[in-house]
Amino acid sequence: MAAAIRIDALTKDYWVGFWRKRPYRALDTLSLEVQPGEVFGFLGPNGAGKTTTLKLLMQLIFPTSGQAEILGRPLGDVGARQRIGYLPENPSFYDYLTAEELLQYYARLFGYSGTDARRRTATLLDRVGIGAERRGQQLRKYSKGMVQRVGIAQALLNDPDVIFLDEPMSGLDPLGRRDVRALILELRDEGRTVFFSSHILADAEALCNRVAVVSGGRLAAEGRLSEILAFQARGWELVVADVRPEVLARLAPQIRRSTGIAAHRYALELPIESRPAAILSELVAAGATLVSLNPLRDTLEDFFVRRVAEMRDEAREGYGGNHRMSGAGAREGAQKDDEGHARD
Amino acid sequence: MRAISWIAVNVFKESVRDRVPYSLVLFAVLLMGASYLIGQLTAGQDVKIIKDLGLAAIAIFGLFIAIFIGIGLVSKEVERRSIYPLLAKPISRPQFIVGKYAGLVLTLAANVAVMTLALYAVLAYLTYTESPEFRDAWDAPGVDPRMLKAIVLIFVELMVVTAIALLFSTFSTPILAAALTFGLYVAGHFNTDLRNFDQVVESRPAVLLARAAYHVLPDLSAFDVKTEVVHGLPVTFGYIGTTLAYGLAYITALILTSVVIFSRRDFK
Repeated sequence: MAAAIRIDALTKDYWVGFWRKRPYRALDTLSLEVQPGEVFGFLGPNGAGKTTTLKLLMQLIFPTSGQAEILGRPLGDVGARQRIGYLPENPSFYDYLTAEELLQYYARLFGYSGTDARRRTATLLDRVGIGAERRGQQLRKYSKGMVQRVGIAQALLNDPDVIFLDEPMSGLDPLGRRDVRALILELRDEGRTVFFSSHILADAEALCNRVAVVSGGRLAAEGRLSEILAFQARGWELVVADVRPEVLARLAPQIRRSTGIAAHRYALELPIESRPAAILSELVAAGATLVSLNPLRDTLEDFFVRRVAEMRDEAREGYGGNHRMSGAGAREGAQKDDEGHARD
Repeated sequence: MRAISWIAVNVFKESVRDRVPYSLVLFAVLLMGASYLIGQLTAGQDVKIIKDLGLAAIAIFGLFIAIFIGIGLVSKEVERRSIYPLLAKPISRPQFIVGKYAGLVLTLAANVAVMTLALYAVLAYLTYTESPEFRDAWDAPGVDPRMLKAIVLIFVELMVVTAIALLFSTFSTPILAAALTFGLYVAGHFNTDLRNFDQVVESRPAVLLARAAYHVLPDLSAFDVKTEVVHGLPVTFGYIGTTLAYGLAYITALILTSVVIFSRRDFK
């Protein structure tokens, strides 16, 4: 099956500095494929290159090199946009229009007739929870969360096959975030491809089939969450009750860490190479009771933090080639990373 | 074409919501107030002065609308980031530029039409109230359809100014775009001086430079036939046709340049 999104060595350089312009690489030979029907999480810290990638895919900026296809068509193909939805980061619309007027305007650009535009607008405003009493108000009177909901509605106007969401949870309260998660799952169930960027890892863990982690403009990891995290199992957690201290002391060499969680009840962290069954047998023989035994895996957050730190170390050691330019360029790049504004 | 028309309608809607029509109320009040005062001060010349004042006011009000909305046509979209979701829709960048331009021209057309009606209404009132002896002494009739020639040329001039503002709006900030557009407007009205530069300067390079500037800068003085119309002097249809063709060619060149610049622009 053809990929819904195919990105091939996409690179974007900006020229920074006022007088003596220097190149600054915001995205470095990024390659990815997203299959139809996937919910794909595009993760990374602020300034990692997530928004740059999305802007390249939407042709809001042009690549320095590399190419990409959406639904088998090259970037910039106006016809392909008929089947694409896009929510920008912190979206901003014409604040003199009402939510209804805005959506109807966009619907007309998609070629809907007046009646269809009104019907589609009403359906989507229902779907994102904008009540009838607010639809006639100008957007300048909307809260940030409501604008975000309108943004999600406009991204779904054309019943798109592929939906790009840049930080879709941004500005939403817990209820709003729950609604958006449910909406993304509905879109997945309808067979649509969802590509969303986020730095909120819990969202990715809850929603995504696959993720990619970017840092400093480069791909740090890509794969199924289960694959990424399965390799990161780093031990076992054994919770036991009715344990006598002298038994615990005897087993201490085999235990990495022991934490008392109640009277005679302990959470024991065992190294990955240990044999938890043998330790458990000894404990049970000494009168202890098993409460639970689980593999200790990295959370996505653990993985993310470690991988991003590794990528930054590599970049500092010059592994990144011209990615982080030397001298002033590097300092500017680091500052941009910290501020996280230009590219993300 | 469909997308262009919807973009144009949205520009028109924005100008209405931004209270641009208030300028029309100001125009009407100014015109009525002036006609009353002039009627008190002059004898027999009031219609000519009202025509002068009315045509100048149409040009100036239109200029303000053309510059102050024109400079924000693209830059405002970029600044408030409303261009991101818009360009992700099935429209091309040239369609966006042409739609934006058409929208402002539509706004200008509506404004010029209303101001023209207001001017004719005031002139009709003055003609009706004036004595026949004074009316016979006028260079041209009070309600003179030939004034439309001047108004059509003012409108085309405003279209040129709008295209200039749009061009600057595609790559610079609103303040810089306003300054550059106003600068070109002023230069455009003194363009004929550049053509005759050799009569006042002997330096050959300076004359060549002035001649080049004359051909590149818009000749906006060609659109100004207010004096001829007010004094009942002839303005031929041949002249109007040539001037319109010049204006439309200049507008086309400006829009094509805007499209080329905008089509390559990154929205960081």
